[in-house]
Amino acid sequence: MEQFYAPLAGGMLLGLSAALLLILNGRIAGVSGILGGVLSGKAISVNLAFTLGLLTGPSIWIATVAPLPKIETTAPMALIAIAGLLVGFGSRMGAGCTSGHGILGIARLSKRSLVAVVTFLSTGILTVAVLRGLL
Amino acid sequence: MRKNVILPITAFISGLIFSFGLVLSEMINPARVQGFLDIFGTWDPSLMFVLGGAIPVAFIGVHIMKIMPKPVFAQTFDLPTKTKIDRPLLLGSALFGIGWGIGGLCPAPAIASLSTLLPQTIIFVLMMVLGMLLHDKLWKSLK
Repeated sequence: MEQFYAPLAGGMLLGLSAALLLILNGRIAGVSGILGGVLSGKAISVNLAFTLGLLTGPSIWIATVAPLPKIETTAPMALIAIAGLLVGFGSRMGAGCTSGHGILGIARLSKRSLVAVVTFLSTGILTVAVLRGLL
Repeated sequence: MRKNVILPITAFISGLIFSFGLVLSEMINPARVQGFLDIFGTWDPSLMFVLGGAIPVAFIGVHIMKIMPKPVFAQTFDLPTKTKIDRPLLLGSALFGIGWGIGGLCPAPAIASLSTLLPQTIIFVLMMVLGMLLHDKLWKSLK
Protein backbone atom coordinates (compact mmCIF):
# COMPACT_ATOMS: atom_id res chain seq x y z
CA MET A 1 0.00 0.00 0.00
CA GLU A 2 3.00 2.28 0.56
CA GLN A 3 3.18 2.96 -3.16
CA PHE A 4 -0.15 4.79 -2.90
CA TYR A 5 0.89 7.25 -0.20
CA ALA A 6 2.51 9.57 -2.73
CA PRO A 7 -0.51 9.65 -5.07
CA LEU A 8 -2.81 10.19 -2.10
CA ALA A 9 -0.65 12.95 -0.63
CA GLY A 10 -0.15 14.52 -4.04
CA GLY A 11 -3.88 14.43 -4.58
CA MET A 12 -4.45 16.16 -1.28
CA LEU A 13 -2.12 18.94 -2.42
CA LEU A 14 -4.22 19.31 -5.56
CA GLY A 15 -7.32 19.54 -3.40
CA LEU A 16 -5.62 22.05 -1.14
CA SER A 17 -4.65 24.21 -4.10
CA ALA A 18 -8.23 24.15 -5.33
CA ALA A 19 -9.65 24.89 -1.88
CA LEU A 20 -7.29 27.83 -1.44
CA LEU A 21 -8.10 29.38 -4.80
CA LEU A 22 -11.78 28.98 -4.03
CA ILE A 23 -11.73 30.40 -0.52
CA LEU A 24 -9.18 33.15 -1.05
CA ASN A 25 -9.87 34.18 -4.65
CA GLY A 26 -13.35 32.85 -5.20
CA ARG A 27 -12.23 31.08 -8.36
CA ILE A 28 -12.25 27.56 -9.72
CA ALA A 29 -8.84 25.94 -10.20
CA GLY A 30 -9.82 24.47 -13.54
CA VAL A 31 -6.68 24.72 -15.62
CA SER A 32 -8.38 24.66 -19.02
CA GLY A 33 -10.53 27.59 -17.91
CA ILE A 34 -7.53 29.39 -16.46
CA LEU A 35 -5.58 28.98 -19.70
CA GLY A 36 -8.64 30.01 -21.64
CA GLY A 37 -8.72 33.14 -19.52
CA VAL A 38 -5.07 33.85 -20.27
CA LEU A 39 -5.68 33.41 -23.99
CA SER A 40 -8.71 35.69 -24.02
CA GLY A 41 -7.37 38.24 -21.58
CA LYS A 42 -10.05 37.58 -18.96
CA ALA A 43 -9.03 38.12 -15.31
CA ILE A 44 -5.55 38.11 -16.73
CA SER A 45 -3.58 38.87 -13.59
CA VAL A 46 -4.92 35.97 -11.51
CA ASN A 47 -5.08 33.53 -14.40
CA LEU A 48 -1.57 34.33 -15.50
CA ALA A 49 -0.34 34.19 -11.90
CA PHE A 50 -1.79 30.71 -11.39
CA THR A 51 -0.27 29.56 -14.69
CA LEU A 52 3.13 30.93 -13.66
CA GLY A 53 2.87 29.08 -10.36
CA LEU A 54 2.10 25.87 -12.22
CA LEU A 55 5.02 26.51 -14.56
CA THR A 56 7.65 27.36 -11.95
CA GLY A 57 6.57 25.00 -9.18
CA PRO A 58 8.42 21.95 -10.52
CA SER A 59 11.69 23.92 -10.66
CA ILE A 60 11.23 24.91 -7.03
CA TRP A 61 10.46 21.27 -6.20
CA ILE A 62 13.67 20.13 -7.90
CA ALA A 63 15.67 22.72 -5.99
CA THR A 64 14.20 21.95 -2.59
CA VAL A 65 12.71 18.48 -2.42
CA ALA A 66 13.67 15.93 -5.04
CA PRO A 67 14.18 15.39 -8.77
CA LEU A 68 11.07 15.13 -10.90
CA PRO A 69 9.62 11.74 -11.70
CA LYS A 70 10.44 10.43 -15.14
CA ILE A 71 8.17 11.94 -17.78
CA GLU A 72 7.47 9.14 -20.20
CA THR A 73 5.58 9.70 -23.42
CA THR A 74 5.46 6.71 -25.72
CA ALA A 75 3.31 8.21 -28.47
CA PRO A 76 5.01 9.46 -31.65
CA MET A 77 5.21 13.21 -32.14
CA ALA A 78 2.41 13.33 -34.71
CA LEU A 79 0.00 11.69 -32.27
CA ILE A 80 1.17 13.97 -29.45
CA ALA A 81 0.31 16.93 -31.65
CA ILE A 82 -3.16 15.54 -32.34
CA ALA A 83 -3.59 14.80 -28.65
CA GLY A 84 -2.77 18.40 -27.80
CA LEU A 85 -5.28 19.68 -30.32
CA LEU A 86 -8.02 17.41 -28.98
CA VAL A 87 -7.28 18.25 -25.35
CA GLY A 88 -7.25 21.97 -26.05
CA PHE A 89 -10.35 22.03 -28.20
CA GLY A 90 -12.23 19.45 -26.16
CA SER A 91 -11.56 21.01 -22.78
CA ARG A 92 -12.83 24.40 -23.93
CA MET A 93 -15.89 22.90 -25.61
CA GLY A 94 -16.60 20.68 -22.62
CA ALA A 95 -16.08 23.59 -20.25
CA GLY A 96 -13.45 21.86 -18.19
CA CYS A 97 -10.86 19.15 -17.77
CA THR A 98 -9.61 16.82 -15.05
CA SER A 99 -9.01 19.63 -12.54
CA GLY A 100 -12.14 21.67 -13.19
CA HIS A 101 -14.60 18.82 -13.62
CA GLY A 102 -12.73 15.93 -12.07
CA ILE A 103 -11.73 17.57 -8.81
CA LEU A 104 -13.81 20.67 -8.26
CA GLY A 105 -16.89 19.68 -10.19
CA ILE A 106 -17.18 16.44 -8.27
CA ALA A 107 -16.43 18.24 -4.99
CA ARG A 108 -19.28 20.63 -5.81
CA LEU A 109 -21.52 17.67 -6.61
CA SER A 110 -22.13 19.07 -10.07
CA LYS A 111 -24.13 16.80 -12.38
CA ARG A 112 -22.51 18.39 -15.41
CA SER A 113 -19.08 17.57 -14.06
CA LEU A 114 -20.03 14.01 -13.20
CA VAL A 115 -21.25 13.51 -16.78
CA ALA A 116 -18.08 15.15 -18.13
CA VAL A 117 -15.85 12.93 -16.00
CA VAL A 118 -17.68 9.72 -16.94
CA THR A 119 -17.49 10.77 -20.59
CA PHE A 120 -13.80 11.60 -20.73
CA LEU A 121 -12.86 8.60 -18.64
CA SER A 122 -14.80 6.39 -21.03
CA THR A 123 -13.26 7.76 -24.21
CA GLY A 124 -9.87 7.86 -22.51
CA ILE A 125 -10.10 4.20 -21.55
CA LEU A 126 -11.32 3.22 -25.03
CA THR A 127 -8.55 5.21 -26.66
CA VAL A 128 -5.82 3.56 -24.60
CA ALA A 129 -7.36 0.15 -25.26
CA VAL A 130 -7.35 0.76 -29.00
CA LEU A 131 -3.84 2.19 -28.98
CA ARG A 132 -2.52 -0.70 -26.93
CA GLY A 133 -4.11 -3.04 -29.45
CA LEU A 134 -6.39 -4.82 -27.09
CA LEU A 135 -9.65 -4.06 -28.83
CA MET B 1 -4.54 48.73 -4.38
CA ARG B 2 -3.63 46.07 -1.81
CA LYS B 3 -6.34 43.70 -3.04
CA ASN B 4 -5.01 43.90 -6.58
CA VAL B 5 -1.63 42.66 -5.43
CA ILE B 6 -2.86 39.93 -3.08
CA LEU B 7 -5.10 38.14 -5.57
CA PRO B 8 -2.34 37.30 -8.06
CA ILE B 9 -0.07 36.27 -5.18
CA THR B 10 -2.58 33.79 -3.78
CA ALA B 11 -3.31 32.55 -7.29
CA PHE B 12 0.41 32.05 -7.87
CA ILE B 13 0.79 30.13 -4.62
CA SER B 14 -2.21 28.00 -5.52
CA GLY B 15 -0.55 27.22 -8.85
CA LEU B 16 2.68 26.29 -7.07
CA ILE B 17 0.88 23.92 -4.72
CA PHE B 18 -1.03 22.41 -7.65
CA SER B 19 2.24 21.69 -9.43
CA PHE B 20 3.66 20.13 -6.24
CA GLY B 21 0.63 17.87 -6.15
CA LEU B 22 1.19 16.85 -9.76
CA VAL B 23 4.85 16.08 -9.10
CA LEU B 24 4.34 14.21 -5.81
CA SER B 25 1.49 12.13 -7.21
CA GLU B 26 3.47 11.55 -10.42
CA MET B 27 0.47 12.63 -12.47
CA ILE B 28 2.97 14.83 -14.28
CA ASN B 29 4.14 11.56 -15.87
CA PRO B 30 1.82 10.72 -18.78
CA ALA B 31 2.61 7.01 -18.41
CA ARG B 32 0.92 7.04 -14.98
CA VAL B 33 -2.28 8.47 -16.42
CA GLN B 34 -2.30 6.06 -19.34
CA GLY B 35 -1.64 3.25 -16.91
CA PHE B 36 -4.82 4.21 -15.07
CA LEU B 37 -6.76 4.30 -18.35
CA ASP B 38 -5.32 0.91 -19.34
CA ILE B 39 -8.12 -0.90 -17.58
CA PHE B 40 -8.04 -3.80 -20.03
CA GLY B 41 -4.28 -4.18 -19.79
CA THR B 42 -1.80 -3.45 -17.01
CA TRP B 43 -3.92 -1.28 -14.72
CA ASP B 44 -2.21 1.32 -12.55
CA PRO B 45 -4.74 2.51 -9.95
CA SER B 46 -2.64 5.51 -8.82
CA LEU B 47 -4.94 8.15 -10.35
CA MET B 48 -7.77 6.74 -8.28
CA PHE B 49 -5.79 7.51 -5.13
CA VAL B 50 -4.92 10.95 -6.45
CA LEU B 51 -8.60 11.79 -6.89
CA GLY B 52 -9.27 10.06 -3.59
CA GLY B 53 -7.01 12.61 -1.95
CA ALA B 54 -8.00 15.61 -4.04
CA ILE B 55 -11.78 15.41 -4.01
CA PRO B 56 -12.34 15.21 -0.23
CA VAL B 57 -9.99 18.13 0.42
CA ALA B 58 -11.65 20.17 -2.31
CA PHE B 59 -15.02 19.13 -0.88
CA ILE B 60 -14.05 20.61 2.50
CA GLY B 61 -13.04 23.78 0.69
CA VAL B 62 -16.41 23.90 -1.07
CA HIS B 63 -18.24 23.57 2.23
CA ILE B 64 -16.20 26.28 3.88
CA MET B 65 -16.89 28.45 0.85
CA LYS B 66 -20.64 27.87 1.18
CA ILE B 67 -20.77 29.58 4.56
CA MET B 68 -18.75 32.58 3.42
CA PRO B 69 -20.48 35.74 2.16
CA LYS B 70 -17.52 36.48 -0.07
CA PRO B 71 -14.02 35.11 -0.76
CA VAL B 72 -11.30 36.25 1.62
CA PHE B 73 -9.59 38.58 -0.84
CA ALA B 74 -11.93 38.93 -3.81
CA GLN B 75 -15.26 40.71 -4.13
CA THR B 76 -17.39 37.79 -5.31
CA PHE B 77 -17.28 34.10 -6.03
CA ASP B 78 -16.80 33.48 -9.76
CA LEU B 79 -18.36 30.05 -10.17
CA PRO B 80 -19.85 28.15 -13.10
CA THR B 81 -23.62 28.52 -13.30
CA LYS B 82 -24.65 26.16 -16.08
CA THR B 83 -26.63 23.14 -14.98
CA LYS B 84 -27.89 21.70 -18.26
CA ILE B 85 -26.12 18.68 -19.69
CA ASP B 86 -25.73 19.87 -23.25
CA ARG B 87 -24.06 18.69 -26.44
CA PRO B 88 -20.88 20.76 -26.09
CA LEU B 89 -20.33 19.24 -22.66
CA LEU B 90 -20.68 15.72 -24.01
CA LEU B 91 -18.82 16.17 -27.27
CA GLY B 92 -16.09 18.30 -25.73
CA SER B 93 -15.52 15.84 -22.92
CA ALA B 94 -15.45 12.94 -25.38
CA LEU B 95 -12.85 14.68 -27.54
CA PHE B 96 -10.86 15.69 -24.48
CA GLY B 97 -10.83 12.10 -23.29
CA ILE B 98 -9.50 10.86 -26.62
CA GLY B 99 -6.66 13.37 -26.55
CA TRP B 100 -6.02 12.54 -22.92
CA GLY B 101 -5.80 8.86 -23.74
CA ILE B 102 -3.47 9.40 -26.68
CA GLY B 103 -1.02 11.64 -24.87
CA GLY B 104 -1.61 10.96 -21.19
CA LEU B 105 -1.50 14.71 -20.74
CA CYS B 106 -4.09 17.33 -19.88
CA PRO B 107 -3.64 21.07 -19.38
CA ALA B 108 -2.20 21.11 -15.86
CA PRO B 109 0.58 18.51 -16.16
CA ALA B 110 1.40 19.78 -19.64
CA ILE B 111 2.08 23.29 -18.35
CA ALA B 112 3.82 21.96 -15.26
CA SER B 113 6.25 19.87 -17.30
CA LEU B 114 7.11 22.68 -19.74
CA SER B 115 10.17 23.56 -17.66
CA THR B 116 11.69 20.22 -18.63
CA LEU B 117 11.77 21.54 -22.21
CA LEU B 118 10.95 18.07 -23.52
CA PRO B 119 10.01 18.40 -27.20
CA GLN B 120 6.87 16.30 -26.73
CA THR B 121 5.66 18.63 -23.98
CA ILE B 122 6.36 21.75 -26.01
CA ILE B 123 4.55 20.38 -29.05
CA PHE B 124 1.65 19.25 -26.91
CA VAL B 125 1.28 22.67 -25.26
CA LEU B 126 1.53 24.54 -28.55
CA MET B 127 -1.13 22.33 -30.12
CA MET B 128 -3.26 22.53 -26.99
CA VAL B 129 -3.17 26.32 -27.13
CA LEU B 130 -4.03 26.12 -30.83
CA GLY B 131 -6.93 23.82 -30.04
CA MET B 132 -8.19 26.19 -27.36
CA LEU B 133 -7.95 29.16 -29.70
CA LEU B 134 -9.66 27.23 -32.49
CA HIS B 135 -12.56 26.63 -30.15
CA ASP B 136 -12.73 30.02 -28.50
CA LYS B 137 -12.16 32.15 -31.57
CA LEU B 138 -13.44 30.08 -34.48
CA TRP B 139 -15.89 27.44 -33.34
CA LYS B 140 -17.84 29.69 -31.04
CA SER B 141 -18.23 32.33 -33.73
CA LEU B 142 -19.69 29.74 -36.10
CA LYS B 143 -22.47 28.86 -33.65
